[in-house]
Amino acid sequence: MSVSEKDVRKIARLSRLAIQDEKVPVMVDELNGILNWIEMLNEVNVDGVEPMTSVVAQVLPMRDDVVSDGNQQAAVLKNAPKADSGFFVVPKAVE
Amino acid sequence: MTDLTKLSLKSALDGLNKGDFTSLEITDAFLARIDALNPKLNAYTLVTHEKAREDAKASDARRAAGNAGALEGAPLGIKDLFATKGYRTAACSKILGEFKPEYESTVTSNLWRDGAVMLGKLNMDEFAMGSSNETSAYGPVVNPWQIEKKLTPGGSSGGSASAVSANLCLAATATDTGGSIRQPASFTGTVGIKPTYGRCSRWGIVAFASSLDQAGPIAKDVTDTAIMLKSMCGHDGKDSTSLNVPVPDFAAAVSRGVKGLKIGVPKEYRLDGMPEEIEKLWQDGINWLKEAGAEIVDISLPHTKYALPTYYIVAPAEASSNLARYDGMRFGNRVDGNDLIDTYEKTRAAGFGAEVQRRILIGTYVLSAGYYDAYYLKAQKVRARILEDFTKAWEKCDAILTPTAPSAAFPIGQKQTDPIQMYLNDVFTVTTNLAGLPGISVPAGVDVNGLPLGLQVIGKALDEETLFAVAGVVEKSANFTAKPNL
Repeated sequence: MSVSEKDVRKIARLSRLAIQDEKVPVMVDELNGILNWIEMLNEVNVDGVEPMTSVVAQVLPMRDDVVSDGNQQAAVLKNAPKADSGFFVVPKAVE
Repeated sequence: MTDLTKLSLKSALDGLNKGDFTSLEITDAFLARIDALNPKLNAYTLVTHEKAREDAKASDARRAAGNAGALEGAPLGIKDLFATKGYRTAACSKILGEFKPEYESTVTSNLWRDGAVMLGKLNMDEFAMGSSNETSAYGPVVNPWQIEKKLTPGGSSGGSASAVSANLCLAATATDTGGSIRQPASFTGTVGIKPTYGRCSRWGIVAFASSLDQAGPIAKDVTDTAIMLKSMCGHDGKDSTSLNVPVPDFAAAVSRGVKGLKIGVPKEYRLDGMPEEIEKLWQDGINWLKEAGAEIVDISLPHTKYALPTYYIVAPAEASSNLARYDGMRFGNRVDGNDLIDTYEKTRAAGFGAEVQRRILIGTYVLSAGYYDAYYLKAQKVRARILEDFTKAWEKCDAILTPTAPSAAFPIGQKQTDPIQMYLNDVFTVTTNLAGLPGISVPAGVDVNGLPLGLQVIGKALDEETLFAVAGVVEKSANFTAKPNL
């Protein structure tokens, strides 16, 4: 499988990455280089193999459903690019 | 007085315990050396002079009161991937700007609990994505070995390895997603261990690929890494993958010896075109372990060559998801655009470097509709095969000996043009990340140019003690005493 310029633009959009027009052909080549190399995996027989989803076999632990933290408004906003009156300030998201 | 910065962590702790010097004295010695050498090495991105001296004074007071911890008064460097409360944590990316966390990572909390002193934050590849420290927004790190040649210290923990090697700290924290502790350790003549996945809490460590990321130390010798690891490890309720298991006395295992142990040598790690010295060094390691009473067994890890392509599906997939949070809204830098989406896109294009963007694009592609099964699901299945290789190997051996990296340190700029050439640095280390196993790199010799080379020991899950025992024998037999000339 290989990607086209159209694919790269679509992936960049899905990734929320602005991509300059002149960079598109470069990215096509780079991504295809990596994808061609990855094709090597087609040699591996994985019939009947369960996909590995957990590195160490263990059941995810449950904790008590209680509030363990909170009242951190000032700390949460401390690193915001823009904040006002206890809120994040963001561009308009709904028309 | 002797140069305190030359001490190992163990001998520094002994000296502090005996009252030969104070934490403030050794801390000042390191700060002076950092001020003198960091402009050449670029190992630290932030030197916390005041905090270090305050930490040291508080440590001396605790010691005077009889409350000395396991790392009491020891000055350490912290990789920029660990959140340090009130001190810039940027993962060496522009997108995080001057981000100062309001919280402390669990691993660094554990170090401060045990009395350690923070000297500053260490340079690294941006978001830990790289094998040469060249993707850092703070510029590349220089390897202290043959400094005039401007070699890379490896990566991603290049700052940690360079700082330890140049005596700019007693030891350092690092992280390893595909080899980022072990390859830099090999390039700089230092020791680095990636423990079993889940040994160290990932809480407060900037996430790259969550199923592969693991913290560990880089230090001057095997015992020092064992001391550091004991403090760094431990169960943490804030990380659901943190293992609730006892933390052994790793340092005690270093002198245990290898008598009766079976050491596996995998034939698939013999690469075409590998430098002769590495081949020879590997054979030396085999001979040393044999002489120390171990039995050498040939093993096969047939899926080894598929580990890197598997990694370059799994890691970018997880990274593209983890890095979605950098949208310029809640923290970090924002670049204003025409609307919300435009703001996201401009913020991320300006904030992420080329390698990070490349991996986000690959990750997004392999997870996207229509390609998920062909790439991501397939990679997860091959990953299961790689783990199975090791499970079968453990029927025949107790630990595995391999080279750490396929070459010695290379010049800055040499491998920047071809991403795959750079990725091949991790060919011997990445398998253990995929399988969740512990691996340690020990300096064992030099190449034809006099540059350090490491041997890697791979162990069973949670059997770091055997790993330390084998590493202890390799270290003793190699008697690697060369140091960079600074």
